[in-house]
Amino acid sequence: MKNMRVTTKDWLDERLSISALNDLVRKKEVPLHRYSIWYYFGGMTLFLFVVQVVTGILLLLYYRPSSENAFESVQFIVTEVQFGWLIRSIHSWSANLMIATLFIHLFSVFFLRAYYRPREMTWVSGVVLLFIVICFGFSGYLLPWNQLAFFATKVGTEIAGVVPVIGRPVLRFLRGGDEVTGATLTRFFGFHVAVLPATATVFLAIHVLLVQLHGMSVPPSLEKQNVRKMKFVPNFLLRDLIGWILAIGVLAALAAIFPWELGEKADPFAPAPAGIKPEWYFLFMFQTLKFLPAKILGMDGEVLGIMAFNLVALLLFIVPFVDREPGNRKRRLIFNVIGVVALLYIVVMTIVGYVT
Amino acid sequence: MDRGEHNSRRLHDFLRTVLPVVAVLTLFTLSSAQKKSSCIDCHSRLEDPRLSAPAKLFENDVHRGRGLSCNDCHGGDPNAPTSEAAKDPRKGYLGKPRALDIPAYCGKCHSDANLMKRFNPSLRVDQESEYYTSVHGKLLKAGEQKVATCISCHTVHGIRAVSDPLSSVYPLNVADTCAKCHGKSDYMQAFKIPSDQVVKFKTSVHAKALYEKQDLSAPTCNDCHGNHGAAPPGIASVANVCGQCHARQADLFQTSPHKAAFDQQGLAECVTCHSNHDIATPTDQMIGTQQGALCVNCHQSGDKGFAAAGHMRSRIDQLIASIDKSNEILSVAARKGMEVSKPKFELKGAKDALTHARVLIHSSSTAEVDKVVEPGLAVATKGYQAGLDALSELSFRRKGLAVSLVFIVFLALLVYLKVRQIESRQPIAK
Repeated sequence: MKNMRVTTKDWLDERLSISALNDLVRKKEVPLHRYSIWYYFGGMTLFLFVVQVVTGILLLLYYRPSSENAFESVQFIVTEVQFGWLIRSIHSWSANLMIATLFIHLFSVFFLRAYYRPREMTWVSGVVLLFIVICFGFSGYLLPWNQLAFFATKVGTEIAGVVPVIGRPVLRFLRGGDEVTGATLTRFFGFHVAVLPATATVFLAIHVLLVQLHGMSVPPSLEKQNVRKMKFVPNFLLRDLIGWILAIGVLAALAAIFPWELGEKADPFAPAPAGIKPEWYFLFMFQTLKFLPAKILGMDGEVLGIMAFNLVALLLFIVPFVDREPGNRKRRLIFNVIGVVALLYIVVMTIVGYVT
Repeated sequence: MDRGEHNSRRLHDFLRTVLPVVAVLTLFTLSSAQKKSSCIDCHSRLEDPRLSAPAKLFENDVHRGRGLSCNDCHGGDPNAPTSEAAKDPRKGYLGKPRALDIPAYCGKCHSDANLMKRFNPSLRVDQESEYYTSVHGKLLKAGEQKVATCISCHTVHGIRAVSDPLSSVYPLNVADTCAKCHGKSDYMQAFKIPSDQVVKFKTSVHAKALYEKQDLSAPTCNDCHGNHGAAPPGIASVANVCGQCHARQADLFQTSPHKAAFDQQGLAECVTCHSNHDIATPTDQMIGTQQGALCVNCHQSGDKGFAAAGHMRSRIDQLIASIDKSNEILSVAARKGMEVSKPKFELKGAKDALTHARVLIHSSSTAEVDKVVEPGLAVATKGYQAGLDALSELSFRRKGLAVSLVFIVFLALLVYLKVRQIESRQPIAK
């Protein structure tokens, strides 16, 4: 029996180079210092993404993507299907937690300067993944075809529509026509279960591969110190595992105590619900647009605001190419201030959005 | 291209440019000439408001909008150079009509089907003849001049279309227009009729719908009394008037034992229970055998009607209680995050049954009421059971969560101990 196992291992090794992979994994180390806690958020985001994939596939078994059936099929999932309520609630809660951990991961990488050479492309692929995840959130929100989702999509696509020149074609492309209809639902479903997962898989592979290639970054302020290191396998991975197990507990508790609401079926002829707000991760942008005056320097305030957010999104990509000198203290300070202001702005505007 | 052809093309181009301009100028001149009226010119400048007001009011008159002018009603010549020439009887000048002549004065056009087709083909042309069937018209014919004629309701010179919200006969303004006469007790004394109808109407369920909900289909004075043929509906026809809108209730009443009894006693059908101008929102308290119920006004303990009233009221109360109980449990389940929109929607079936039962009371038949209350109760009970199931499911989820969390925390603890074990054997290198 033992001989047989050895033979199988050799057989596989000869074909798949398992021992080489094994050596690589054994060599991988994680720096241990006072900021090491932030390393866990990348893995946590990845874990929640896996939860999304698994629960998403299970929901696909019953979900029907049409304006006639979508709401009823989700209603069926949460009321008739065994543990359907659990899967649907975990999918919704996990999506939100994933976006939260993604933001934490983004800001921790930003403040720890983990994007310095040679990790620029790891940052760029991460920013692409951030936008993909936001698109996942926006497209998935419409799928239950309820009142809130319908009007949130209407407002969201309208905002995209005010961008000069490309706004109108983008709006028509997103909606599949001039209005939010069953055609919008069908294409959002297509984005959500085919286009976005395919794109996310590619960029996720690049991102993870680059992390393996360059290893974990040590913050520049600690580089000169003699930083201790722990093995990725098993020390760090087991710690990751504790976090993932606890995340399952949190998701189960949220699903059981605060099941994700289904609301009322979308009615295009009904008035928009009073005080309609987008999902929390869009709220700071929505609130900003509400605060902007109608005209700024003769230009439409809303258009200007949207253009500004697009510009910030573009600037996010070039961060590692602008801040690339670890020794430049002045630039480091400027970037720290920008990071703190951005973080405070997002937090304050989100709170204001909820309170008002 | 030869010279002749070139000239011809130039002339063609010139005409193409100039002719439209000439056409527009000609039309403008013609329309200005048509609008010009010496009546309005003079009257608007007169100091006596009685004489100047008509000219000013006429600016917004619906007739002016259709191209008519003073002389179309009053006759005379608006293009004459002097006042005397303009008001020359030989030119058909009629002057101000007497109250007695007003219906015929308006009817000159409004009763002429051929003429009215030119302005508004859908407008009826029987207003004048209908007017003479009204109490107003009959009294006028008899020589009474204090009664309403066309201009009393539609105003004069500033007449607006019925659909114009500023019109005195727009649905929201009708009651106030009628109240101009019918709300004056001294004016109405001569006719020996009360003057509180409009005040009462404004407290009614119909007025609430009309003024608060701005529901223009809700009835106002003319919807029950008629407009041009306005008259109070008699006892015999009041049910027909109410039945225009409340058809089902009226039909049921016709088949009920009340029909013969009311006829025998000379009671007005709907009005006896619901009153007329101050019709209140009907409540369940109106039926039954308790104090304040309308049924006990005629029925006494021991008679068949008394028992039927008690039975119908108890069935309705039973259905209401059952619906409330289901609603409450479903709301509790919804507040706790359970998805109960389907049973909540289905509960509408019980509410429909309640509405139906309330209508069926007009049949005075306990069997008819029972026929709809029973399925209503079944729907409400089903809703209550769905609420119970949802709460039981919630309890199961909470217990399941508690058990799962124990396992999850235990598993996390095991992994933590494993980490400790590994790191105690192989400490992390400095």
